[in-house]
Amino acid sequence: MNQPASAYFIEDRHDPNETHTLAVLVQNEPGVLARVIGLFSGRGYNIESLTVSETEAQKHLSRITIVTTGTPMVIEQIKHQLDRMIPVYRVVDMTQTKRSIERELAMVKVRGQGEHRVEALRLADAFRARVIDATTESFVFEITGNTDKINQFIDLMRPLGLVEVSRTGVAAIGRGPEGM
Amino acid sequence: MSDKSHDPNQMTGAAMIVRALIDHGVTDIFGYPGGAVLPIYDEIFQQSQVQHILVRHEQGAGHAAEGYARSTGKPGVALVTSGPGATNMVTPLTDALMDSIPLVCISGQVPTHLIGNDAFQECDTVGITRPCTKHNWLVRDVNDLAKVLHEAFYVATSGRPGPVLVDVPKDVQFATGTYHPPRKSDVHRSYAPRVKGDATQIRKAVSLLANAKRPVIYSGGGVINSGPEATNLLRELVEVTGFPITSTLMGLGAYPASGKNWLGMLGMHGTYEANMTMHDCDVMLCVGARFDDRITGRVDAFSPGSKKIHIDIDPSSINKNIRVDVPIIGDCGNVLGDILQVFKSEAKKPDIKSWWQQIAQWRARNSLYYKKSNDVILPQHAIQSLFEATRGKDTYITTEVGQHQMWAAQFYGFEEPHRWMTSGGLGTMGYGLPAAVGVQVAHPDSLVIDIAGDASVQMTMQEMSTAVQYELPIKIFILNNQYMGMVRQWQQLLHGNRLSHSYSEALPDFVKLAEAYGAVGLQVHKPGDLDGAIKEMISVKRPVLFDCRVAALENCFPMIPSGKAHNEMLLPEQANDEATAKAFAAGKALV
Repeated sequence: MNQPASAYFIEDRHDPNETHTLAVLVQNEPGVLARVIGLFSGRGYNIESLTVSETEAQKHLSRITIVTTGTPMVIEQIKHQLDRMIPVYRVVDMTQTKRSIERELAMVKVRGQGEHRVEALRLADAFRARVIDATTESFVFEITGNTDKINQFIDLMRPLGLVEVSRTGVAAIGRGPEGM
Repeated sequence: MSDKSHDPNQMTGAAMIVRALIDHGVTDIFGYPGGAVLPIYDEIFQQSQVQHILVRHEQGAGHAAEGYARSTGKPGVALVTSGPGATNMVTPLTDALMDSIPLVCISGQVPTHLIGNDAFQECDTVGITRPCTKHNWLVRDVNDLAKVLHEAFYVATSGRPGPVLVDVPKDVQFATGTYHPPRKSDVHRSYAPRVKGDATQIRKAVSLLANAKRPVIYSGGGVINSGPEATNLLRELVEVTGFPITSTLMGLGAYPASGKNWLGMLGMHGTYEANMTMHDCDVMLCVGARFDDRITGRVDAFSPGSKKIHIDIDPSSINKNIRVDVPIIGDCGNVLGDILQVFKSEAKKPDIKSWWQQIAQWRARNSLYYKKSNDVILPQHAIQSLFEATRGKDTYITTEVGQHQMWAAQFYGFEEPHRWMTSGGLGTMGYGLPAAVGVQVAHPDSLVIDIAGDASVQMTMQEMSTAVQYELPIKIFILNNQYMGMVRQWQQLLHGNRLSHSYSEALPDFVKLAEAYGAVGLQVHKPGDLDGAIKEMISVKRPVLFDCRVAALENCFPMIPSGKAHNEMLLPEQANDEATAKAFAAGKALV
């Protein structure tokens, strides 16, 4: 290892990255999302996807779902760093539990006429995407599924006149009767 | 309406702040007034339970509050105005976060309706301080203020301690609402730090300790933060096990430097015996320390053959830098108590005689050796003389950051916790002088000394004025080598001896400067005059700037060069030009 002239020990890390989905239950108070995002940017962690919404209005609870990548050691750090924040109730690694369902919703706008338009409609049907807006030269499809399915659908729409996509990001929940 | 006017808990936001300080036992706060905190200052003026110390710069208030907190174990409190008042607090808040110091900062904010309007002296205080506090709050309703203030004190002082900030807009300070004394329900239900260690893990730890052949205890600031009980238990554990013990910079004093099992500090400028013991041990017990990069050296070569037990109240400290075998999450004092109990009932003192023999050989290398001179004062000698002159006295030491700080850690023997205040994690030059102000406020009759460097001390020199105003007889012991010594040392070692901007030119005459402040200035050049001058400094009951002229080019050894492991230390007798060049060969290749 060639050590550059530095007051710090510079090391190469070779552990492979993993992708994990984390569910974070937080007190819904001003600044809580900024805290969570600030933690990720401040410590150099990745955010692949992030969704947040109040889930229990009475108790002021919000649920944040974060898809992140990192080495196993970094993923552990992220969970602990999140967990020690004052307004965070719980952090659950949905990937580690191996018993979670992940869904994402996308709205996909496609513009085209003739054969392309027919093909888009046929593929939408195969993917169980619904038409939620239509003009004589366009459709907006609503599709729900895991990230891979949505990516695949979008890839197929591209040559058929894809205009734009709006995605919610991943929401996740555990299987079985127990809550997080 | 008439009922409310007689209710003693009806008061303005400003009054609530002072009342909450009193309810939390705060007797001294450090601050600087300004437009957005005038209502609070008006309340302070009309009472006498909370003494306010007026600093000369808000950074000084923060460090003074830190010094106060570190030397007492109580939270330090700072009060600053909006905008620049708050931004000047960023350094001390970050410093306190890195070193887990309980600090409560109250900042004024522009009135609620002006927030976001780029009003005069407005800044996004909670936004700016979010990453440098354990938690912070912007209070928009006076009826939330009492709860938030009580929660702030709880969060700052519980679990892993740290700084918190409460931002209070001026209209909230003026508004009248209902105050309530502290109560349990004031705290976030989501915040519940774990104090008690897992019993199974504790048994595993005891089993490792009982069967160790080459054990070491490595303790840190967490032991001191945990309180006097943890310190007593740590000392008892050393006694019961007979294990060698080393400590981080932050942990000095938890185990007495005169204790027979003491190895000295470990890490980059730690002793040879401490680092070799860490490297060759088979069982390591880390108590309230965090495997910081100044401690570990090269991580992939860090103590390769050992089983590691790590006690920490913060789960995020576990496996952050070094993977450990037995993590125990909990308060140091609590966990040490449990470990001791199990150890005493189920294990006996392991025989580690041959390990101690090995350690004795490392000790014999005398890694803190330096060559005294009759002509010029060696900085190490100056610290030793200071130590001898203050031995047995009720003394508190603060430092700035750099070579003098490391020499102080190496050569000043700390016998008790809370006696050593230094900026460890953040490495804040300018910390020591205002910290000494805070320590002296907390301990008016004690001897408080800031071991300083000529560069660091100029960063917060203005607080001499505070010391003079409040008759705080702090002693600023400046090891004046006319360099930023540590910067220069690195430039010599790694940057081809090109001393880029690391010298102190146009230094003030510290004696005249002291006199200008209304303090006492002393200067010493000759080793023969040192002891007498130190004696004079101690006997003067006023603030002193002590200009100790030391050997300009002395460097701090032993040292773990960058990219090296604990067993590759550079010892003082090896630190000639050739060996240094070789040790830093990788670095030299790039300069």
